[in-house]
Amino acid sequence: MRRITYREALREALREEMRRDPTVFLLGEDIGRYWGGAFKVTEGLAEEFGDERVRDTPISESAIIGVAVGAAITGMRPVAEIMFGDLTALAMDQIANQAAKLRYMFGGQVKVPLVIRTPFGGGVNIAAHHSQCLEAWFMHVPGLYVAVPSTPYDAKGLLKSAIRGNNPVIFCEHKLLYPFEGEVPEEDYTIPFGVADVKREGEDVTVVATLYMVHKALKAAETLAKEGISVEVVDPRTLTPLDKKTIVNSVKKTGRLVVVSEDCKTAGVTAEIAAIVAEEAIDYLDAPIRRVAEPDTPIPFSPPLEQYVIPDEKAIIRAVKEIA
Amino acid sequence: MLNLSKEKLVEMYRLMVKIRLFEEKVFELYAQNLVPGTIHLYTGQEAVAVGVCSALRKDDYITSTHRGHGHCIAKGADVKRVMAEILGKKTGYCKGKGGSMHIADFSIGMLGATAVVGAGIPIAAGAGLSIKLRGTDQVVACFFGDGASNQGTFHEGINMAAIWSLPVIFVCENNLYAMGTRQSMVMRIENIADRAAAYGIPGVVVDGNDVLAVYEATSKAAERARKGEGPTLIECKTYRHRGHSRVDPAKYRPREEVEAWLAKDPIKRFREKLLGLNVLTEAEIQQIDREVAAEIEEAVRYAMESPYPAPEEALEDVYA
Ligand SMILES: Cc1ncc(C[n+]2csc(CCOP(=O)(O)OP(=O)(O)O)c2C)c(N)n1
Ligand SMILES: [Mg+2]
Repeated sequence: MRRITYREALREALREEMRRDPTVFLLGEDIGRYWGGAFKVTEGLAEEFGDERVRDTPISESAIIGVAVGAAITGMRPVAEIMFGDLTALAMDQIANQAAKLRYMFGGQVKVPLVIRTPFGGGVNIAAHHSQCLEAWFMHVPGLYVAVPSTPYDAKGLLKSAIRGNNPVIFCEHKLLYPFEGEVPEEDYTIPFGVADVKREGEDVTVVATLYMVHKALKAAETLAKEGISVEVVDPRTLTPLDKKTIVNSVKKTGRLVVVSEDCKTAGVTAEIAAIVAEEAIDYLDAPIRRVAEPDTPIPFSPPLEQYVIPDEKAIIRAVKEIA
Repeated sequence: MLNLSKEKLVEMYRLMVKIRLFEEKVFELYAQNLVPGTIHLYTGQEAVAVGVCSALRKDDYITSTHRGHGHCIAKGADVKRVMAEILGKKTGYCKGKGGSMHIADFSIGMLGATAVVGAGIPIAAGAGLSIKLRGTDQVVACFFGDGASNQGTFHEGINMAAIWSLPVIFVCENNLYAMGTRQSMVMRIENIADRAAAYGIPGVVVDGNDVLAVYEATSKAAERARKGEGPTLIECKTYRHRGHSRVDPAKYRPREEVEAWLAKDPIKRFREKLLGLNVLTEAEIQQIDREVAAEIEEAVRYAMESPYPAPEEALEDVYA
């Protein structure tokens, strides 16, 4: 199968959905012909679809999302880009109080088919305002969906589902994944939300990981295999809705769970997944659940500091060995 | 000429050169892969930071942005520690936790650089409120870009400063672009200073490449602020000489526009003015340039030789 990057996969999804449906349009800061998006995901799209449908905005995150909500409830399918995930904070009212709640508050009268694409994650030394993984913020808001693709294949299929769906989606990308290559078929496909993917099968320990951590988990699994520990890597692909069944079934098989995520440990992604397994599969656990996450600090700038807080392969290996 | 002493003029010239040479050095180190992360250079805008900060007192405050090295240096920061922070060293102003986009030196009233565009505007208003409540006669200068003026924080922060007559000088550095976005794509007015009318405060447009014009406008605004008459919005028309950040080739800018602005280089202009007025001789200027270059070399040496923080230091400073 042909191989393309995560960035190209996202761009293909946008392009194909824009060709298929004239109500799909993009808006965001510097996404148009002069820059093509800070991470170049939308490069070339303004040339194909024009400045009306690939709309450069002022630096006004709150209004970007507000405008997208307004368009979404009146017949359009906006895909907004927030240049860095950290900056969703500026649009939080529009996301959490407006987009997420309109349908419910208005008794189901309206749909909010809105996608918010944004890059999360550290590893590039750009410090506390540009490096966080904030998926958990959005998991805490009923009414939002949260997608966390880790591969080009997942990125394309999930983005297409997000655009075709009728709910607001926080589409979490990871900065380090943009140049990452993987197999993506030429033909149209979608990936449903709420369906996890077992990225590697194993017998001894289940490792649940998302985004860039999936790749670290896979590398850790490779290393551990050489030492005779068989690791199953489960990638939920969407955190809301969460495919509890696949996670729980894996734990029932292995009896051991390590949850890995690139966010703060307290009230984070790992906390939720660990709690679900504790609730639904505690009788199958042969060892305590281990969580690999960031200490509760902002992301520091200096390389040795940043490396210290972001979980690495070694931390995953350590956690697995503690319970294997 | 504004009744400025020779000493003051020379100091202003020296600061502008210091920022220029510092930034050129950062660029050089970046090209050699010695600077982690990204950088947003201030080259071309030196007259703004120096014009503003030279009109402030040592105990006055400033707030800064992602393009903040120049603001720090103009307010009196030690280039050794600025450079060390940019290289992620323990001896940097923020012990390596902040980096290029987040330098602060509270000892000189530099309240820090935020990388969230527009976030400094209400924070500056808050420092102004604190000054008022504490009853001192300090002022705050708040730096931000043309792009930042489209954030809600611009409206909310300036309006609040206006209604409470806070001693804040809002300094919009209009370098015509926010990344690749031309001002005309995102606002229908030419002068951002016109927005001051909406808050009932003075809005002034100045040539941001003329350090004395910036100095004069800031002095007036500071005087007004110290008298309790409230904030001023000063728009400085300027231009960044380089791309937005690290490797941006800035292809979105027409060549003629770039050349026209390079011809208006604020340092070249000030140098010519000082020569024309016989404040400095060619030889004295060369002497200053050499001294500053040596100071920057020393800063690089200091930063390069400084240690990185120990990894566990990442856990410190979260709470007071
Ligand atoms: C709230 C927010 N939105 C977007 C960004 C990404 N970003 C960083 S600098 C910048 C452009 C800022 O333009 P301007 O305010 O004119 O300052 P300049 O870079 O020209 O100095 C953008 C969009 C950010 N850091 N913060
Ligand atoms: Mg600008």
